[in-house]
Order: sequence, then structure tokens, then C-alpha cells
Amino acid sequence: MLKQRPTIRDHSAEANLFARRAFVGFVFVLGLVAVLITNLYNIQVKDHQDYQTRSNDNRIKVIPIAPNRGLIYDRNGVLLAENKPVYNLEVIPEEVDNLEKSLEQVSQLITITEQEKQDFLKDIKNTRRFKSQVLKARLDEADVATFSVNQHKFPGFSIEARLARYYPFGDTLTHALGYVAKLNRKELNKLEQEGQATNYRATHDIGKLGIEKYYEQLLHGQVGSQRVEVNNRGRVIRTLSMLPPQPGSDLVLTLDIGLQQIAQHALKDMRGAVVVMDAKDGGILALYSNPSYDPNLFVHGISSKNYKALLNPDRPLINRATQGRYAPASTIKPHMAILALEENMVTEGTTMWDPGFFEIRNVEHKWRDWKRWGHGHVDVYKAIEESCDTYFYDTAYRLGITKISNFMAHFGFGDLSGIDIHEETTAILPSKEWKENRFKESWWPGDTISVGIGQGYWTATPIQIANATNILVNKGINHPPHLAQVAKKEDDVTQINNEEKPPVVLNNPDNWRIAIDAMHNTVTKVTGTAHKAFKGVNYDPAGKTGTAQVVSIAQGEKYDAESLKERQRDNAIYVGFAPYNNPQIVVSIVVENNGGGSTVGAPIARQLMDYYFAANPVELARNNTL
Amino acid sequence: MTALHDKRSIWMRMHLDLPLLIAILLMMAGSITVVYSASGQESAMMIRHMTRMGVAIIAMVVLAQIPPATLKRLTIPMYCVGLLMLVGVLLFGVSSKGAQRWLDLGLTRFQPSELMKLAVPMMVAWYIGRKHLPPRPLHLIFGFAIVMLPTLLIKEQPDLGTSILIASSGIFVLFLSGLSWRLISFLSAAVALAAWPFWQYGMHAYQRQRVLTFLDPESDPLGSGYHIIQSKIAIGSGGVEGKGWLQGTQSQLEFLPERHTDFIFSVLSEEFGLFGVCVLLSLYLFIIGRSLYIAVNAQDAFGKLLAGALTLTFFVYIFVNIGMVSGLLPVVGVPLPLISYGGTSMITLMAGFGIIMSIATDKRMLLK
Repeated sequence: MLKQRPTIRDHSAEANLFARRAFVGFVFVLGLVAVLITNLYNIQVKDHQDYQTRSNDNRIKVIPIAPNRGLIYDRNGVLLAENKPVYNLEVIPEEVDNLEKSLEQVSQLITITEQEKQDFLKDIKNTRRFKSQVLKARLDEADVATFSVNQHKFPGFSIEARLARYYPFGDTLTHALGYVAKLNRKELNKLEQEGQATNYRATHDIGKLGIEKYYEQLLHGQVGSQRVEVNNRGRVIRTLSMLPPQPGSDLVLTLDIGLQQIAQHALKDMRGAVVVMDAKDGGILALYSNPSYDPNLFVHGISSKNYKALLNPDRPLINRATQGRYAPASTIKPHMAILALEENMVTEGTTMWDPGFFEIRNVEHKWRDWKRWGHGHVDVYKAIEESCDTYFYDTAYRLGITKISNFMAHFGFGDLSGIDIHEETTAILPSKEWKENRFKESWWPGDTISVGIGQGYWTATPIQIANATNILVNKGINHPPHLAQVAKKEDDVTQINNEEKPPVVLNNPDNWRIAIDAMHNTVTKVTGTAHKAFKGVNYDPAGKTGTAQVVSIAQGEKYDAESLKERQRDNAIYVGFAPYNNPQIVVSIVVENNGGGSTVGAPIARQLMDYYFAANPVELARNNTL
Repeated sequence: MTALHDKRSIWMRMHLDLPLLIAILLMMAGSITVVYSASGQESAMMIRHMTRMGVAIIAMVVLAQIPPATLKRLTIPMYCVGLLMLVGVLLFGVSSKGAQRWLDLGLTRFQPSELMKLAVPMMVAWYIGRKHLPPRPLHLIFGFAIVMLPTLLIKEQPDLGTSILIASSGIFVLFLSGLSWRLISFLSAAVALAAWPFWQYGMHAYQRQRVLTFLDPESDPLGSGYHIIQSKIAIGSGGVEGKGWLQGTQSQLEFLPERHTDFIFSVLSEEFGLFGVCVLLSLYLFIIGRSLYIAVNAQDAFGKLLAGALTLTFFVYIFVNIGMVSGLLPVVGVPLPLISYGGTSMITLMAGFGIIMSIATDKRMLLK
């Protein structure tokens, strides 16, 4: 078949055919180019805005910047909580050639524990690429120096500085200042509900306790932000713009660190609490609970070993000054005396015979005085000076619980003192209603008798005792206790906590004088219970001792049987103020299971007052009466 | 036929087509500009790129010196060696990135499919060109066989992009030889019908995935759709004027994948805008127009068919690449001709232009 076909080719016909086909091909090409251009026109011109936005979304990230936390000072400008740069050794794993080998070499320069290494290797698995990860936190100066010299050998490794809270006075201030620690999920959820989540975007730590927690909003400040350009791996290429964060306000407290140290020193290894209050404005000069602990342990995350050590029977985590529930004992006798005078149960001149016990007709039980053989003839002064129990058994019995309860409530018993930390308890001011609610039992007249000497169902915290005494020595004027004085933000100074509560008003204001004079006598008279402790001071103190029998367990905690014996010893209590004629400070002391108020409590109060009046000599000169 | 005739004769004697040469050199200058930006201003990469350009220009000049008659004689051996090597690749080839495309020749790796990009159109042009045009049905069947054999072998590697390019180059020869329109319509219908079984049995899972993502890139924005989305963002954010040279955020900050190779067009669009795109396409159209003009004026059927097919295949590169990066076509690994960074394909392309120049100058010498 093929061989029969003509062999002469028509070249021009073939050339024409090809030319036509080539032309069709070119037209086809033009058509497809038109398709391409139409499509590109749609993308580049019609949808340009949309793609422009998406391009910017790709490359621009907003990075939040944490504000610097406000600093905390004592009343004299001593720094109590500061932000210290800590140096961390951080690694960007993607920039390290051989991570295994580099880690090995770094650990020859700086000690890196196996735990730190494991944590680091775990962290880098769970993070974004090109994110810096901490290999070792809180390098000391020597490590920083050693590494810096060798930095060039370790690409991808760097020392990064970050501000972390530091409490230079350690355990001296823990229960007042509290501490900050790492924000947890629960707190984040709470911040979210409060609409504060954005403000904490860059924040690592949050106030967990004490002042740090109470004034969290004030101390925290306002988050800033930085618009940066990033590449596809999220690595920052350059900063486009920046909105600087606003640092938190600095706080000036009413605390005096010197007095605080005296309190800590005076309590030594005894369990107890000290509250020193400025009688003029309710500012807390010292608030110390023993035993205490180092808050810095919590800032960087406390180890479980250290935390377990804090869960010992001495319960250092409890703030005894505001959470310790103690029988106020004889320290409330001056208040009780005022109530008795107000109700005309006694007068300034009334005396009674104290045989050493109190009894009610038809009741076999005898309520004993601390002095077995009795105080003899007792008037209201002597009853307070020598802390006569029988006198107050009698008055309380005659007053009845309702009058006592109502009156004592005016002095803040059974209620939160309102001090600006959250760790506080109301303790118990007993009343008929309270007993019925609590025990489903009615109040027996006998119950009232021990309430008369601040025992029985009555418990109070050291801050409540200080506050109640402060109201008394100010003759009813009520300056509620507080720790923070002033918030400072640049040049803007805001006074905080300067409000007064409604005063306690007596029918006969002279009754204040009687109680105050009696407390003065307690110290000045040789027979007074606090006389010995204050012998030879060059200021004019007044006060009231107390010794509480620990019949039931004071703090309502469960103790194991072995320690019960020691824990059944008396609590020593003392409340005092000075100078007598123009009170400047009020001191309230509780020492657990360590004897009497006059032998243990009063000497501590003296140390505090000695320090205070040595540091405030102007008032000293004016009131030097002894 | 004395020397020193006129300016044109110098190029004639060097077997180079001046308009085509100028257009190609302009493209290469553009390529250097864009690859410099896309490589993140990496000088080592630029040196490699320019070295390959040099090699490619040499390949073009060398092939331009071989007269079409000699090429014709070389056709059958080239095609047969190529086929053997393709079989060799499937049996003992070297794998990389999940595909087996290379033959290890000891000193260097060789990709036989690159040889076939030239050998297939040459073989079909030689076979069809021996006989009258338009070809008879029997010749067409043989012609198809010549095309499909290497195409299927390459698709098995798997390398869909190259097999499409090789199939098109052979089919263009048949089209240019005067394949009847009736047959073309019939074949198109057949291809459409064959598409389903091909989808089911003829494609690898990753290829199917590419097509699916192509149809709806936003369905998988972080997975396979990522490339197309980022590429469209680059192109679209370039607008009319572009962000400026070295200022493209999508490319400089590496949101764009494969930015110096397959996605170089997106870099160009982002930095030079629709304006730059139009300049590029105009240059391409000039090269295609000039090459088709050479084909039409070629001396014999072999030259016409070969030059025409090479030219149209050159356009397939352009269309598939731009169509892919702008979301018109699925992602198929085809570089943007003369612009993308990448060695062998540029050398093959330039060798093709060498052949076209050889065809162009051969005719003129005869006319003299």
C-alpha cells in the first residue's frame, strides 16, 4: 500500500499546512496568555486589598510586653520587694548544630543537673520552633561570667535577663507582704472573667498572698505591646512599632522594717504573733507571725521537698497575727470594765470581796481566780492592775452575754479587722445566737462567766486585740488597721486607707479614763502585772497582761496526741500602748504555750517599745515622766 | 560567500539568531535579578545559578552549530539510548524526595528525562517528516507510540510534570503536521472519558491530593493548600506596581515555599506587580513568536515540526507554571522557563533554542 503512493512531495502545500497550524498554535498561545492575565488581574488588582491584608497578617505579630511590677517600701523608704534581673541560660535549639554535644560542653562550664537537662529536653519538644527555652534558671554571677567568655563557642545559647520579684528581708515579712509566684490556670480563668486576661498576656507572676495579692491590680500595671515583623518560623526580624507598658504603682507601707526585725528577733523560736499599730492612724508598724518562711522560695516555684518541710506541726504557713484564734484572756478586762461602768453594774469606787473564787447559788462548780487566796477587797482599778478574775466573773455574770456580745462587737471582735490582706479570720465573739447555730444548744448563764475573763467560747486574733485596744486608748475613735499608706506612680501620689470608722460612743466618756488609768497602773504600780517587765524605761507605757489556759485547742487545728502536752501549756498574751497620756503605738502579742503574759508577753512588748521610742525621740522628750 | 559581508552575516556564520538571542539574554538578566531576591541575597547560590546559565548558553551555542541534517542522523540513537536509560532509571535509579529520577553515572547524576525532552519531538518530527503531510492514520499510531512509551516510563518515576511536557512536545508535532480536526475532536473526547480511570488508577495519592487541594486550597490551609495560598497572597499583595525589588515580604520572610524554583513567578509578581508580569509575558510572547516564525520558514518538514513543537512546549512550561502558582492549575513541579533557579531544565531548554537557531541559520545559508 505505502509503496504505491506517489513519491513526489508537494512542498508548498505542506508549507502552507504547517504555516496554518503554526498560526493556530500562536492564536492558541495568545488565548491562554489572555486567560493567565485575566486571572492575574483578578488576583493583583481586584482582590489586591484582601491579599494585602493577608500578607500583613502573615508577617506582622503583636508581642505583649509585661509591665514592671510596682516596688514596695516600708514607711522609711526601705525597699521590701524589688524586681531583680535574673539571668537564665536559654537555648534556641534550631540554631544549635549539635545539641547533644553542645549540652555536654556547656555542662563542663556550668553545672547543669540531670533534672534540668531532662526538663529542658522535654520543654523543647512542646514549644514552637525558634522559641528560646530556659536550660538553667537563675545563674549566679560566676556562671554568667564564665559563660559570657565562652559565648562564641555556643551559637544558639544565650544568657537572657528577666525581672523577677525578690524579697530582700526574706522570712521577716512573709505574712505581711506575701509573695508572687507563677500564674496558674485557675487564676488565668479568673482574670479572663474579669476582663483582665489581655493585661496579663505577658505576665509570668501574680500576687498569691498578703499585700502582693491584695494590691495586685495596683502593683501590676498595664501591659504594653510591640508590633514586629516575623518570618515563616515566627522568628522576629525587626520591630515596626512599640507601645511601652505602664509600670505598676509603687506602694509605701506603714510597716517599719526595724520594728519588724525586733519582733522576729524577740519571738525567737516561739510560736506566736506580734502586731504593732500606730495609735494615731491605725497603720500597722509591725505584723509578724512566727515561725515564718522564705517567700523567695515560692517566686521561682517551690520544690516539693521544700514545700513538705513547711507542712510541719508548727504550721509556718498560717499567719498567726490575723488567722490565729486565741482566747483574748485578760486583755479584754479593760473593755469589760468600761461596759460594767456604762451599765452601772459598778462605779469607780465600788469594791467587792474576792475570796479566790466565784460561785453561783445551787451550782457546785467554783470558778477559780488565778490567785488561789484571792485579791481581797477589789475595785475596778485593782481588778485590772492585778488582773482579778473573780471581779470579772461577777460582772459578766450580772451583765449577761447579750450585753457583752453587743458591746464587744463595737470594738471589732467577731469581725474581720479589715486589714488589707486577705488572710484573715473573724474568730469568735460568742452570743446566744452563735451558740444555737453552732452547737444547737441554748446559752447557759455559766457560759457567760468565763467570757468575762476573755475565755470560754471567745476567741480573737492578735490584730483584733490590737484594734480593740487602739479604739479604747483613742477613747472611741476608730482607725481601722491597714498596711498600705501611699501608692506612687511617677509623680502621682495617692493616699490609701485614711478613712475612719464610726467611733464608739459612751454615755459617760470618763469611763475611758478609768480603763486607761488602770492599764497605766498595771505597768507603774509595783503590784501591777507588767511592772517588772517595764522597769526603768524612759517613756510612759501602759498595758494589760493575759494568760490564756489552752483548754481546747486554740486554733481549732488537729494536733497529734504526742504533742498535746506541750500544746496544753498557757498562751502568753500582752497588749500595751505608750505613751500613756498621748498614745502613739499599740502593741499586741501572743506567744503560744509559753507561760504568762507578764513574764513572756510584756518583755517582748518592751523590746518593741524601746526600739520605737529610741527611733522617735521627739515624742520621747515630751512624755518622759518616769 | 566572502567574509565581512555585513553585520548580520557574523551572527549567521555563528549560527545564532540575534533577536532570539537578545530576548533570551534579557530573560536571563531578569532571572538573575529575581533569583537574587528570592535566594535571600545568597551569593553562593547566585554563583551556582550564573554558572549554570553559562553552561546553558554554551549548550545553546554548541547545538546551534550542528546542522539539522546531522541532528536527523542522531535522532534514532538519541531516542533509543534515552529509552534504555529510562528503563535503567526505573530499575537502578537513585531516589530523592520520593521519586526515582536519576541515574548515577559515577561522576555525576543524570536525569534521562531531560534528554527525552529533546529526543521525543526530534524522533516524532523525523518519523512524521519523512512522509507526506498530513500523516496517514498508521503513521499517527506509530507517532503516538513514540510519544507514549517514554511518557509512561517517566510518569512511573513518578514525575507528572515532565511526562506532561514530553507528551505535549510529541503531540504538538502531530498537531503541527496537520492532524485532522475531526481526529483532534475525537481524541479530546476520548481523553475526557479516560480521565476518570486515570484519576482512579493512573495517579499517585500525592498527585490526587494536589489536584484536590488545587480545587479548594482553603480546605487545607496548613497542609498541601499552604503553597497555593501563600503563593496567591504573594501575587495578590504585589498589586499593580509591586512591593519593590527585595521588598517582597512573602518571599523575603520565607512564607513562600520553593521561592527560587517553582514559585519564582510569585516572587516576581510580589515585587514587580502586574506591570512586571506583563513585561515578562511580552518577552515570552516575543520569543514564541520569533521561534514560530523560524519554524514556518524552516527548510524541511523535520525542521518545521521540530522547531514548532519545541516552541509550543516552551509555552506549556510557561502556562503550567504560572497557572499553578496563581491557582489555575494543580501544583505540578514545572519550573518557569529561563527564570527559575535550577540546573538541568534550563540547560535542556537552551539546548532546544540551540536547535531552533540551527534550523533558523541552516535555511539562510542555503538561500545564500
